[in-house]
Amino acid sequence: MTLPIIILLPLIAGTMLALPAARFGRNAVAWTVAAVTAGSLMLLLRELPGVMDGRPLIMSWEWLPAIGLNLSFRLDGLGLIFALLILGIGLLIILYARYYLSATDSAGKFYALLMLFMAAMLGIVLSENLLMLFFFWELTSISSFLLIGYWNHRSDARRGARMALTITGAGGLAMFAGFLLIGNIAGSFELTKVLEARDLIHDHPLYVLALVLVLLGAFTKSAQFPFHFWLPQAMAAPTPVSAYLHSATMVKAGVFLLARMYPVLGNSLEFEWIVTTVGLVTMVYAAYVAVFQHDLKGLLAYSTISHLGLITFLLGLDSPLSAIAAVFHIINHATFKASLFMAAGIIDHECGTRDMRRLSGLWKYMPYTATLAMVAAAAMAGVPLFNGFLSKEMFFAEALELHDLGLLGKIAPIAVTLGAIFSVAYSLRFIHDVFFDGEPKDLERKPHEPPRYMKVPVEVLVVICIAVGMLPGLTVAPLLAVAARDVFGAELPPYDIAIWHGLTIPLMMSAIALAAGILLYWLLRRHNLHMHPREQWTAPQLFHRGFEAVVALSAVITGRLQNGSLQRYLRLLVIAIAILGLWPFLQHGYIAGAAALTPAPPLAITVWGITLVAAIASVALHHQRFTAIILVGVVGLSASLTFAYFSAPDLALTQLSVEVVTTALLLVALSLMPQSGPLVSHPTDHTRDALLAIGAGAGVTAITWAVLTRAHESISWYFINESVPKGGGSNIVNVILVDFRSFDTFGEIIVLGIAGVGVLLMMDGLRPHAGAPATRNDQPLLSAAARVLLPFALLVSAFIFLRGHNLPGGGFIAGLVTATALIIQYIADGMAATSRRLGDDATPVVGVGVLIAGLTGVASWLFDAPFLTSTYAYFQLPLLGAVPLASALAFDLGVYLTVVGATLLMLVRLGKVTGPVNSMRVEAS
Amino acid sequence: MEFLLASALGVTTACGVYLLLRGRTFSVVLGLSLLSYAVNVFIFTMGRVTTGAPPIVTTGVSTYTDPLPQALVLTAIVIGFGMTAFFLALAVRAYRDSGSDHVDGSEPVHPEKRSP
Amino acid sequence: MNHLLAMPLVIPAITGALLLACAGNRPQAARWISAASTAVTAAVAVLLVMQAMAGDYQVYAVGEWQAPFGIVLVLDRLSAMLILLTAVVALAALAYAIAGWDLRGRHFHALFQFQLMGINGAFLTGDLFNLFVFFEVLLIASYCLLLHGLGQPRLRAAVHYVAINLTGSGVFLIAVSLLYGVTGTLNMAHLAERVALAPEADIALIRAAGMMLLGVFAVKAALFPLYFWLPQAYSSACAPVAALFAIMTKVGVYSILRVTSLVFGGASGAGADLTTPWLLPVALLTLGLAALGVLGARRLGELVAYMTIASVGTMLTAITAGGVAGVSGALFYLVHSTLVIASLFLLTELLTRQRGSSGDALVTGPALQQPVLLGIAFLIATITVAGAPPSSGFLAKLMILQATLPGPAAVWVWSIILCSSLLVLVGGVRAGSQLLWHTETTPDHNARAARPAEWLPLGALLVCGVALVLFAQPLQKYTDATAQQLLARAGYIEAVIGGTPDTQPRPLRPGEPL
Repeated sequence: MTLPIIILLPLIAGTMLALPAARFGRNAVAWTVAAVTAGSLMLLLRELPGVMDGRPLIMSWEWLPAIGLNLSFRLDGLGLIFALLILGIGLLIILYARYYLSATDSAGKFYALLMLFMAAMLGIVLSENLLMLFFFWELTSISSFLLIGYWNHRSDARRGARMALTITGAGGLAMFAGFLLIGNIAGSFELTKVLEARDLIHDHPLYVLALVLVLLGAFTKSAQFPFHFWLPQAMAAPTPVSAYLHSATMVKAGVFLLARMYPVLGNSLEFEWIVTTVGLVTMVYAAYVAVFQHDLKGLLAYSTISHLGLITFLLGLDSPLSAIAAVFHIINHATFKASLFMAAGIIDHECGTRDMRRLSGLWKYMPYTATLAMVAAAAMAGVPLFNGFLSKEMFFAEALELHDLGLLGKIAPIAVTLGAIFSVAYSLRFIHDVFFDGEPKDLERKPHEPPRYMKVPVEVLVVICIAVGMLPGLTVAPLLAVAARDVFGAELPPYDIAIWHGLTIPLMMSAIALAAGILLYWLLRRHNLHMHPREQWTAPQLFHRGFEAVVALSAVITGRLQNGSLQRYLRLLVIAIAILGLWPFLQHGYIAGAAALTPAPPLAITVWGITLVAAIASVALHHQRFTAIILVGVVGLSASLTFAYFSAPDLALTQLSVEVVTTALLLVALSLMPQSGPLVSHPTDHTRDALLAIGAGAGVTAITWAVLTRAHESISWYFINESVPKGGGSNIVNVILVDFRSFDTFGEIIVLGIAGVGVLLMMDGLRPHAGAPATRNDQPLLSAAARVLLPFALLVSAFIFLRGHNLPGGGFIAGLVTATALIIQYIADGMAATSRRLGDDATPVVGVGVLIAGLTGVASWLFDAPFLTSTYAYFQLPLLGAVPLASALAFDLGVYLTVVGATLLMLVRLGKVTGPVNSMRVEAS
Repeated sequence: MEFLLASALGVTTACGVYLLLRGRTFSVVLGLSLLSYAVNVFIFTMGRVTTGAPPIVTTGVSTYTDPLPQALVLTAIVIGFGMTAFFLALAVRAYRDSGSDHVDGSEPVHPEKRSP
Repeated sequence: MNHLLAMPLVIPAITGALLLACAGNRPQAARWISAASTAVTAAVAVLLVMQAMAGDYQVYAVGEWQAPFGIVLVLDRLSAMLILLTAVVALAALAYAIAGWDLRGRHFHALFQFQLMGINGAFLTGDLFNLFVFFEVLLIASYCLLLHGLGQPRLRAAVHYVAINLTGSGVFLIAVSLLYGVTGTLNMAHLAERVALAPEADIALIRAAGMMLLGVFAVKAALFPLYFWLPQAYSSACAPVAALFAIMTKVGVYSILRVTSLVFGGASGAGADLTTPWLLPVALLTLGLAALGVLGARRLGELVAYMTIASVGTMLTAITAGGVAGVSGALFYLVHSTLVIASLFLLTELLTRQRGSSGDALVTGPALQQPVLLGIAFLIATITVAGAPPSSGFLAKLMILQATLPGPAAVWVWSIILCSSLLVLVGGVRAGSQLLWHTETTPDHNARAARPAEWLPLGALLVCGVALVLFAQPLQKYTDATAQQLLARAGYIEAVIGGTPDTQPRPLRPGEPL
């Protein structure tokens, strides 16, 4: 369990405790997280011996084994070194940050995020499963985003954070794809298995693709050219963050990935070419740019990029010594760069600026810090006796060994020397500009040494620099051996790390670099380095412009598509349906059936003619809305005639009654809206829409024709046979509605009911409409007639209702009749009066209706029959004869009530808003 | 007969679609009602068409027209009725709140002239 | 007789009716009734899932009329899972609504219940026309809920939403009745049988019906070029309604999945691969454009709406390109995305409310009153919806990518899925840094801070997301089984109409050729 706990301690304990601990001040929170980190470190050290004996520790738990995602952890030499760096330097950062953060900064938030980030880094270096590695990889991107944006009120912080996230996130996704490919080739995502499958992967056609994808991940994370520019922007972060992310952790994740994947992907020409070239270019280029930085942290940032390039270069080569050199330099760079960042932070903290053109002669004010910084800078420059020198010299040696890389092999030695010269120059500039070179220029306050404990971390690191630099064999050699073996993936040949190898070429190169570097700096100072324009590097600006451009572009594309025009959307819908419907006929051809056709009597032809005329006229005259309503009504009537003609009495009746009510609704609505529609769209639209419409119509015609000319077989024989014996009604349609498919009807009345309620909601808070045309209503005759009509209508609807089960009729039509009668009542007596008598909110009626229908259905549960199971018996009633008192009848009652309620809601609510009816009655009464 | 039905359905659909694509809510309502007529009759015709064979069980009669599509049409009519009513109310409310009966809630940028 | 199957519809329906009948002016009572009913429905959903895990189909013949003549409810793993998911989202949305929204208009709870009835009915029914009816129920309820609280933006959105869906319903009816006209049946299992046996001459008509059906479902699911109604509708709906709507697009996805796998599921015959070759490109296009929409969004509500569309694109991509594993991944993704998008809609409202006049526009507004809590919630939600580790979205995307690797279109699928993930992440982060970081120094003191009653549902949804990460394996096992059950349709057909002696359609007129 140790390995997961090492990660979980900071991940859970660290993040959870930080915020509450912060309540008790910065010391409390610092101590808390330090304790957590120390705990992880202890656990790690417990495992150290085993790993040193070359026995990697692997622990695994299932998570999503089906897709190869397991919680498996691995601690080997490579992982160990990184874990030590992460935790060790992490501890120092925690101590340092305690003094760096001001009282106004939220220490809790800072340390919580720091712990989250630390956990993510540990996760990367301790992952055995590639998918889990990616899992933590993205977590570092996200947590670093939050750390860089820690001072989120500053726009440079926000931009820097976003840029870092975008670039490392994109690279991460590429790496993810690469991992998936590798895993599918190797048949597993467990590193051990993947390592075994090395040859398989190398021979696979997708090898190069996978390689490039994974390298993209590594290069973006390690800020390799041309993805390097996010790193300097990330300097907007608080210095402890920079010191942590850019020395030991974040950017090192990239080179860790290279080292981790080397045994799998490495040792091929593609790998060597890409990685060494990128590394070399980055190293030289970044070193050159670093010289011209005026910002202390900017200089360190570019120097970091340059050193990462150096490490990348080494990892590209396929020689055991380069692996050692790489790992060695990873350690060294971490130590001296962390200490330099801290020093820079101290200077910033004490002087209030990081601009080297203003900082000068600080030696007088903070000699102690200055000494520390100078030692670290010397290590960075590769001065003998400091650790940087050793790894750099191994690096020179390796650069001379590039035989199989052709041209690259020839220019490499020169290039690396050049890079080294620049790095000497900028290291020198760091020392000379800041600590000597006259007096500081216009600082806010008089600088002095920082608090005692703020220096401790720097001291520790500097001591390491010197110790390693002087006694490499005693200090790091054993660790290096284990780690390098994991990187190289094979036993290492004998080698020794020493300060003195005799007068070798590498030594010469170091000497040249030192001398030329000093000379270069001196020359540059002569030609006023300080006047050098800052804005000569614009990649970040380019990125931001690009980013904003992409955002703007997507906004435009979206806006163009999503132009908020219903007409456009409906056209698209019609077109889409037309294409979908047409497609199969193009594939399989259009085949009409061969059934015998029925002859058309003159009557039918007349109705047909009327329909066509009315429909087309309604289109032609749709601007004159009153006329259009009538014409549309005519089409509806001919529909109900069609039903009547083709032996569908129920449909005819229903269509007719619905027609009446709908027309009434349309008229009422029209009185609330413009009487005539303006000519809206352009002629082009008209023609296009006409074509669309004709197309749709033609389609419907074709389909109808195809079906009508086909023989018909259906399951309806069952309803015909069972309607009377099982349904207890001879009107098959009605039996289907209230019994066979009563479930549909149940849903249907709910729709109708909600529609009624919807109208109610729509009309809520609408005050009667002034200039509406007064509806004829103040006639005592009509009023009287309505009073007579009402009971009669109720009787009729009762009749229709009861016969429905056997003959055309039923709850729905009955409901409409009742509703219509009531409406006439309302109109005759005026809304206000009738409302007072009958109430004006029919919602409860709807509710009761649905409730009755529903409970009828539930009642069958009592007999352990399914929902809506019907039972019936016949009863003799005068006038009506035998009446089936079926449970279906109760259900139909529900339908009836819902229809009455809903229709009332619709007409009364719309009617009320028309106003005049209302007002005039009020006057009258 | 079949041809009359098919062609009438086609024309009604076409008119419905055309009105549906107009820019005024009221036209859209009219279009939707035309469409629903077309759809209802279409459903009905899917059971084929027979004269003089109403689906009411009577002794001695063996031929009935297909009752199932009729039931479906009834459901469709009711639902269509409810939807039309709701959309009407919605159109009224939208017009009363925004002062425009354009389907996009505001008059298009190019002011058009009202037809006399 | 297992009445449990009918409960997810009957309980909300009866509750809704009850509320209309007597709770019209008793808001407190309405709250309690509605909450109780939703809770019970959720409990039922849990039981249903447990039953479904046994693996066999459960058929409930409504009115004791056996299929294909009557309407049957069919419970399989898929429907059970979706009903439970609906219940979870509904509970959260309702809890949030009870914190205040439900009083901003009348009959909220009744409509809410009917909405649930419609959704659950759509998931359960085994009859195609009945599916139409339930679509109408959930639609009319959604129209009213969308308009809850009224106001011009909602009215405008509603006009579009209603008009488009009414047209869609018309097409639905045409397609269903056309299928009936050719095959003579409406029950989906029976249809599957008939479609497979359809004579050569009828193939074109059947496929035309199927295609139009898919077109209608594409409107509901919000696929290109039919998703344009969604951003305005979802971003103008009030928070709890929008959260509930997170499940609505999934109804469309469900219908596509059900119909293509069952009715048109045969390897041969009239139904064979109806969706090739057009659905995959459409799904990818939807995903890509939605991702651009997320990046280019100018308001948070719009941004979340596009995230919804992107999720649909991802799901259908997986379904079409990934075979069984793809369907499983898509279902895993469906659960995850529904939960997180619901939470995002709630979060949007909490954020917006504290930004005073600047609302949810992505501009500098007043500082937030609860920046830390809102920030954490927003971060979690964004990471999850973008499918970045360590979120449930990552696991889902992982499953989908794994499933689509063997496919011929892998290059397209992978690059578009990965790029859109990045776009969504960056877009979300951009919005977040604008809303949470780039603010004025002082908060708007009139703005009402989020209350515990509002944090609770939001937190619950996010916790569900975390639970998906921790218990990924059980869920993945379930979705795997579901996918297999779904693509092996014979069992479904047997379970539904196997028991009926004679399902053969017959001519109704004497003398008509058989």
